[in-house]
Amino acid sequence: MTAAIEDAVSGLRVTRPGPLALLQDAGRFGVRRLGVTQGGPADLHAWAWANRLAGNAWGAAALEVTLGGLALEAERELTLALAGADLGATLDDAPLSPWQRFRLRPGQVLRFAQPVGGLRAYLAVAGGFRAEPVLGSLASVVREGLGGHDGHGHALAECDVLHVGTEAGEHPIGDEREAPAEARLDYTAMPRLSLLPGAQIAEFEGASLAVAFNTAWRVDDRADRMGVRLRGPTLRCRLTSMISEGLGLGAVQVPPDGQPIALLNDRQTIGGYPRLGALTPLSCARLAQCLPGQEVRLAAVSAERALADYRRFRRAFA
Amino acid sequence: MSVPGLPRLESAGLDGWLVRLFDAIDEANLPWITALVRDCEAAFGNALVDLVPSYTTLLVIFDPMRMTPDEARERLAETLAALAPDDEAATGEVHELPTWYHESVGPELPHLAERAGLDVAETIARHAEVTYRVYALGFAPGFAFMGSVDERLETPRLETPRKRVPAGSVGIAGRQTAAYPAVSPGGWNLIGRTAARLFDRDRDGFSLLRVGDRVRFVPVSKEELVRRGADVTYMEDTR
Repeated sequence: MTAAIEDAVSGLRVTRPGPLALLQDAGRFGVRRLGVTQGGPADLHAWAWANRLAGNAWGAAALEVTLGGLALEAERELTLALAGADLGATLDDAPLSPWQRFRLRPGQVLRFAQPVGGLRAYLAVAGGFRAEPVLGSLASVVREGLGGHDGHGHALAECDVLHVGTEAGEHPIGDEREAPAEARLDYTAMPRLSLLPGAQIAEFEGASLAVAFNTAWRVDDRADRMGVRLRGPTLRCRLTSMISEGLGLGAVQVPPDGQPIALLNDRQTIGGYPRLGALTPLSCARLAQCLPGQEVRLAAVSAERALADYRRFRRAFA
Repeated sequence: MSVPGLPRLESAGLDGWLVRLFDAIDEANLPWITALVRDCEAAFGNALVDLVPSYTTLLVIFDPMRMTPDEARERLAETLAALAPDDEAATGEVHELPTWYHESVGPELPHLAERAGLDVAETIARHAEVTYRVYALGFAPGFAFMGSVDERLETPRLETPRKRVPAGSVGIAGRQTAAYPAVSPGGWNLIGRTAARLFDRDRDGFSLLRVGDRVRFVPVSKEELVRRGADVTYMEDTR
């Protein structure tokens, strides 16, 4: 055992795994040139708030719970925080709303039912969940078999144990027990996703560009941590395929079928379809909370505006 | 770099610029791209988050808390103005990948031979006689896009990709060749299997191959592959 986990103790035991629960720190960086994806929280906003409410610094590993279905039993006294989607969570059968800090005593059970609003909830523990980093990160990437509680990127399974630091039961410094109203996003409202125009946008037909920014796009059921396909009118680009090149977070690529795909954290590192530009990190986070069938709009944004929004967001999480 | 208007910087979002250096795949691109990778590491220091080199481009990801997109663009423009290509002969490690070429692990081998009007032995020889360059890594950890294969072996991807391609499978797509580091879906034409461990989390550097490296596939027997610990069981075709 390395220093990273030698003082770790068992914190939570999985009694029912649910469809997809993954440990995520900020992501795996500096390794994309090896073909290794970024990973990290699909909803950066909710992940950051869960950590902040748990008293953690930026980057601590929290649990990303997709769709619900998960049940966890406390193995010791814990300080936890929940943020993001309302997945019908209960603490020993009493309703537990997101965007707040709470305590769990040994033997108490935290259950997630199904989505009430949004898709992904984040559970943070004081001090962060502990595991052996892989390529410098705890981010779980199922497809690559990297990271997470077991080091091999697996989603949580029954009887798995999540490890925590010995400080996990302490009361965090500061008395912020819940997130302010402006941080609690309404995931049922139709989001306007900010897109920085770029890449091959000049190669799209003018009519397609007008359509791209004036259409209510529907989130397809082909949506996961790699990317979210949007359904709507057919966009036409003069380029059909290109020599493969690096893909940034939020890149909106348009394959020959004319239906855009916004690429998220687990996207492949390179690809060869033309792109309109890239969603901002906060718009990627918002899109990651959309259920299939939900409608979204794309709105062009300037780099200045996007940078100001992002820096304001980050400065709230020292 | 003789293409008019290149190199060019294209926005790749709030935290990235794509440097477009070339407009076609060419081995002569590599010393420029490997040089730019190194120069960006020096120029961006701790504001650098990631680099993704590919055939004709380099994606530069920076930390938008440390640098604005405008500042990053200026830094890149300065770096490009001073760019000199790497010494071609000095760059890139040379690797030999022991490979068993056989229909049972490379089901498209007879098809490739037939298309090329060659016999199977000649087809194998043509694939094995070239020293390939690594142009890009992507698709999966350690998956290296290499080129260029003999033009007679050029073959488009399978119309329907396989759901499961075994680790170590060696394939051809167009004039590119590659080996799958791990079990994954895939649409390349398979011609054999290598025993090389292409991605190993316990290895310093993780990936056996890097952009700019040189690779030769060395034909070996099934027994040799087994001795090296590769899985040589017959591939079930799932499409």
